[in-house]
Amino acid sequence: MSMFILRRLGVMILTALCLTFVVFFLTNLYPNLEKLAKTQGNFRMTDEEVASYLGRNGYLEPLPVKYGQWMGALPGWTTQAEDGTLRGRCIEPGTPPKDTPRFCGILQGDWGYSTVFKKDVGEIIGEKLALTGRLMFWVMLLMVPSALILGVMAGMREGSRTDRTLSTLAITTTATPEYVSGVLFIAVFASTAVGLKWFKGTATSAMENPTFENFFLPVLTIALYGMGYIARMTRASMAEVMTAQYIRTARLKGVSFPNIVMKHALRNALIAPFTVIMLQFPWLLNGVVIVETLFNYKGFGWTLVQAASNNDIELLLAVSVVSVVVVLVTQLISDIGYVYLNPRISVT
Amino acid sequence: MAKPDYDGPILEIENLSISFFTRLREIPAVMDFSVAVQPGEAVGLVGESGCGKSTVALGVMQDLGVNGRIVGGSVRFKDQDLSKMSAAELRHIRGNEIAMIYQEPMASLNPAMKVGRQLIEVPMIHEGISEKDAWARALEVVNDVKLPDPDRIMKSYPHQLSGGQQQRIVIAMALMSKPSLLILDEPTTALDVTVEAAVVELVKDLGRKYGTSMLFISHNLGLVLETCDRICVMYSGEAVETGSIKDVFDKMQHPYTQALFRSIPLPGANKNSRPLKAIPGNFPLPHERPNGCNFGPRCDYFQSGQCDAGEIPMAVIEGDDRHLTRCLRYRDIDWNAPVEAMAQHEAGKPGQVVLKMDKLKKYYEVAANALFGGGGAKKVVKANETLSFEARESETLAIVGESGCGKSTFAKVLMGLETATEGQILLDNRNIEDIPIEKRDTQTVADVQMVFQNPFDTLNPSMTVGRQIIRALEVFGIGATDQERRDEMLRLLDLVKLPREFADRMPRQLSGGQKQRVGIARAFAGGARIVVADEPVSALDVSVQAAVTDLLMEIQRKQKTTLLFISHDLSIVRYLSDRVMVMYLGHVVELGTTDQVFSPPYHPYTEALLSAVPIADTSVKKRHIVLEGDVPSAMNPPPGCPFQTRCRWKSEVPNGLCEKEVPPVRDLAPGHQVKCHLSQEMLDRMEPVIKIAAE
Amino acid sequence: MDALSWGEIILRTLGQFTPVWIAIIATFALSITFKRRLGLYGKLFDSPIGMVGFALVMFWVFTGVFGGAFDLITTHDVLDQSASMKNKGPGTPYTKLMGEVAEGAYPYYLLGGDNLGRDVFSRMVVGAWEVIKIAPFASLFAFMVGITLGLPAGYYGGRLDTFLSFLANLILAFPVILLFYLLVTPEIVLTGIPVYMAAVLFIFPIIFLVLLWNSRFHTQPATRNLYVGVTLVVGLWLYAGIAWNADPLGLVSFPPNLLVVFVAVVFVNSPTVFRIVRGLTMDIKTRDYVAAAQTRGEGPWYIMLWEILPNVRGPLLVDFCLRIGYTTILLGTLGFFGLGLSPESPDWGSTINEGRKLLSLYLHPALPPAFALLSLVLGLNLLADGLREESLRD
Repeated sequence: MSMFILRRLGVMILTALCLTFVVFFLTNLYPNLEKLAKTQGNFRMTDEEVASYLGRNGYLEPLPVKYGQWMGALPGWTTQAEDGTLRGRCIEPGTPPKDTPRFCGILQGDWGYSTVFKKDVGEIIGEKLALTGRLMFWVMLLMVPSALILGVMAGMREGSRTDRTLSTLAITTTATPEYVSGVLFIAVFASTAVGLKWFKGTATSAMENPTFENFFLPVLTIALYGMGYIARMTRASMAEVMTAQYIRTARLKGVSFPNIVMKHALRNALIAPFTVIMLQFPWLLNGVVIVETLFNYKGFGWTLVQAASNNDIELLLAVSVVSVVVVLVTQLISDIGYVYLNPRISVT
Repeated sequence: MAKPDYDGPILEIENLSISFFTRLREIPAVMDFSVAVQPGEAVGLVGESGCGKSTVALGVMQDLGVNGRIVGGSVRFKDQDLSKMSAAELRHIRGNEIAMIYQEPMASLNPAMKVGRQLIEVPMIHEGISEKDAWARALEVVNDVKLPDPDRIMKSYPHQLSGGQQQRIVIAMALMSKPSLLILDEPTTALDVTVEAAVVELVKDLGRKYGTSMLFISHNLGLVLETCDRICVMYSGEAVETGSIKDVFDKMQHPYTQALFRSIPLPGANKNSRPLKAIPGNFPLPHERPNGCNFGPRCDYFQSGQCDAGEIPMAVIEGDDRHLTRCLRYRDIDWNAPVEAMAQHEAGKPGQVVLKMDKLKKYYEVAANALFGGGGAKKVVKANETLSFEARESETLAIVGESGCGKSTFAKVLMGLETATEGQILLDNRNIEDIPIEKRDTQTVADVQMVFQNPFDTLNPSMTVGRQIIRALEVFGIGATDQERRDEMLRLLDLVKLPREFADRMPRQLSGGQKQRVGIARAFAGGARIVVADEPVSALDVSVQAAVTDLLMEIQRKQKTTLLFISHDLSIVRYLSDRVMVMYLGHVVELGTTDQVFSPPYHPYTEALLSAVPIADTSVKKRHIVLEGDVPSAMNPPPGCPFQTRCRWKSEVPNGLCEKEVPPVRDLAPGHQVKCHLSQEMLDRMEPVIKIAAE
Repeated sequence: MDALSWGEIILRTLGQFTPVWIAIIATFALSITFKRRLGLYGKLFDSPIGMVGFALVMFWVFTGVFGGAFDLITTHDVLDQSASMKNKGPGTPYTKLMGEVAEGAYPYYLLGGDNLGRDVFSRMVVGAWEVIKIAPFASLFAFMVGITLGLPAGYYGGRLDTFLSFLANLILAFPVILLFYLLVTPEIVLTGIPVYMAAVLFIFPIIFLVLLWNSRFHTQPATRNLYVGVTLVVGLWLYAGIAWNADPLGLVSFPPNLLVVFVAVVFVNSPTVFRIVRGLTMDIKTRDYVAAAQTRGEGPWYIMLWEILPNVRGPLLVDFCLRIGYTTILLGTLGFFGLGLSPESPDWGSTINEGRKLLSLYLHPALPPAFALLSLVLGLNLLADGLREESLRD
């Protein structure tokens, strides 16, 4: 087992390296750097000014070198300005250059500096993740149990009226992306035009003080899209298990229907959806970005949009590292969990 | 809850009719079916696939699904009508009074539940006893089904047990509440022959011990002969003949029963002098049943105007014990008339050696653990150990063995899908063991072809039959134009006796036997000289088996093909092969002519195998040799002789030699080899397993 | 003129769709008449769910084609702004602040005007065309890529599989939106990366077809040369035009900002298709008919393309429908974040995004495109469900 986890960790690190390198490559393309220089300086910079700005800030070093610096595997860049002050990647304004470390990158725990928010990336990420974590927690709490109940109820008696109704419901929610359902919910429950005004159309206040009124709509919007998918998987799995021979065995052993469902079918039926639920995480991240933008909830997804549209390289890299790690860790957990749920796979 | 004493018939099925309803039509699956099971009696229900025998079982259990319904007649269990019971009453009967055992033991056990839990559930539901008592009961029953180390087994998951052990657990589960009736639906079909023999033995013993009545569903007449007191033969949804085993086997009164017996290879049948008689035509589809007698169109004694006039009732044969037949003409038929003389054939003379295997070895390296593999230790599977034999032109060499014996690997190496680890394969004195198929020249590929086991899998479902044969012709470079190839394809369809219209049909429109014929046509497309037939008929119904076997023999005679016939069914092997090679765990344990292998001295494994094969002939007396345990895994073979873990002769070899050394190959007679440590003296003392009582 | 009542709005809207109704009725009448001869497509008309789904999909397909390509359904030009129509509710008579209303112009904004005074109804209709002209083709290309790589990965296994699966997982581990934000920007178009990606992705259909013909006809060189030759000539011509914008005849070209959207969507979808095809191949390759093909010395590509692929068409067809739906959602996402498409574009994602900004006051600009997108994707999902059900039967 430990061998397996080690191997998976290896693959994870390799994946994370590849992905961050891709992000690094794309964000460091010259047109992107030019855009960065112009947003940081001013929009009327000449090409020479852009080049000198970039040179001064270490953006023109070769890509692998810059990547190494970001990783903390190579010493940070330093440039001497005309007035003799030393600027460098690792030099914080105000501290003398002598006292600064040579390396400052991920390996040293330094995530860099955000050019948009003018703050340490580590700090921003921590703060935003906490906000998004809260959102995700409630999403999971709403989505997973209701999806499973829906799926089991539908798959328990395939082809019945309950099944048809619940399946159609599930299909409808999977056909409604967050930007459609969010808009519909705001229109119905929050707009002055309809006038119900049960909930708030923005979740900005939920960042400090989440209440049912300002937090329910964003949670529901994310949960709904994922819910249909999980419910359909659960239904398919449940329906398949219910036709299995061992269910017939149980029935002909005289086990009552509720007991067949609870004791015999459920565990087998949940093996497949478990993986699906875990793999939902990367998809939920999309929902998070849309919903945070839609409801103006300044969490991780919102940060992603800000970082990407302003080519804030180090923030964007940190965002990608975090999301990739989230994705890979959930994959790992889903594999390990699968083994524990499914006795047919032995680990030793 | 105590079960009331009752001494009438345990199960009475009267005029039962069951139909399935689809969107298009009603499909009658069982019609006017009657049978009674007395206390302690075992009744066999025999028929080909699709004849409705399993539907009867589910009808008894009242578990026909959403589409199935009982449309007539009654099922009475201990004089209560099951179809009038409420769900709660049925639950009380199921598992408690009537228990069922199924074909696929792995599928009928819950994979995510420990065996013990699945067992104790039964008495806990029906008798409300405590978990502790139930556990004790379960231990007792697991002991009764002769499983070693019951404690460990009860705490395992089903997938940790072998197929034979799983089936024993299913049997134990059925016996937990000491039911009055046990329904067994093809309980041993998924098991190896030697394991099957042990399970059948067990069921018989336990039936006697617990006094349980049994309804035994099977397609195998031999198995029914060994287990049952009475038999009911079904054809196309109807019972055609019922009676005691002795009456039906020896004095059959229905043409279908007779035809069935004539189409199975009993001892004495021979492909040249006494060929099998296949039943002509095909099993009718449920909605295409003829008027009157369902068997009419295929019956030799058919009389139009009489047999196709209307419903045919069961007629009682006087003088016999509850012997009935659904035939109008049973009095007119001379049941003792000898079989119409079938065309006899000159035995083909084996020609020169075309294929020679010399010390062929095939080892595989497999990761010890498939899912988390890679880093783990690699294991070597010795799929074939020093295989040496020769095959001649127009000769049939049978390769016999159970699962894991290495016969499929051997076929793969011969075909070039794998290359040999060591040793040689000589085709016309050319080495081909190291040439993978893509490097072989067209002629070699066309010369060595294969017929596959599963008819439902052998044809590409999305290509017409004709297209598939033409493709083979294209690849083998036969015919210059599309028209020539099309003509050749039609000629091949003629060769396998299929109508030419089949060229444009899709495989799903064909029956199993017809598909297998197409598979044969495809194999012979390039004029194959060596054909490997991997269990070509084992998935087919008995009546179709004979026809397909005969077809193979006929083509072989015409084309002087060398046939390598892989099978686990010794009856058919004896019928058609010239020489036999017996394999066990990758080793050839015995090789010789058919007569040499089927008569003593045997290799101990051959002896057990012979004894395990059920024979549907009351005049045959068999010695019962039941092997302990299962075939060991090829991943983890025992040291020394591969068969030593199950061999009953092991104690006769001094110094535990069997556990230490692989026995050498010994020549017992010219062309007869055995791989065994037993002394000549011991071998000479062996008695024949099968004796045919003097008539 | 007075504003229309709701009843009139509904009647007039339905009336505008007349060509669509005629086309749908004709399609259904023909299909149901000949359904027994139409294979799986015909069987679709045995399943109520499948029929509803098919009707929804065809509604938007016909709307897109008639409205977007032939200008039949739209009432006003989608870019035409009228200051006096800003945020006006459904059924408002068409006026112009400056100048006269043109002779013969449609007298109403059936579903109102948006924040720039453009006709919401016409924008919704043309938005369907934006989806119909990208989503099916993007899905098709994703399938070509996924199939061409997934078949050998599943069939051969081993290192090839490990490598390709790693690549697929790599792309799948990327949050889609991050990828879009990185790929679909004007700056990236400047660097030419989308062209290189298109060059890689669009070569797959040609490879696929060449392998298909070659494996099938290699025993008959004349036929093979004909098929492969035609494929190469036509394929490379289209390829030069679409991917490199270098059609020697100057007939085929692809607008660069659309190309980047197309490439991004294909890129995101391919790994999922790859995984599905790989899984199905691993299942089918154990069948005896594959072994039979091997034992008669067929090449690996013949086995993959002619023995395995036709037998996985059921699940692939179902996934194809779902994937068009998913692509529609992705296109909406792109529009919603204002990526790739011009800000004036009438596509549903962009209009929803614009409409939501005033959502608490005006519902009518955001809701029609939202419902349109919802119903198209729902239709595709129902269609997929119907197909799945029917292909499992018999």
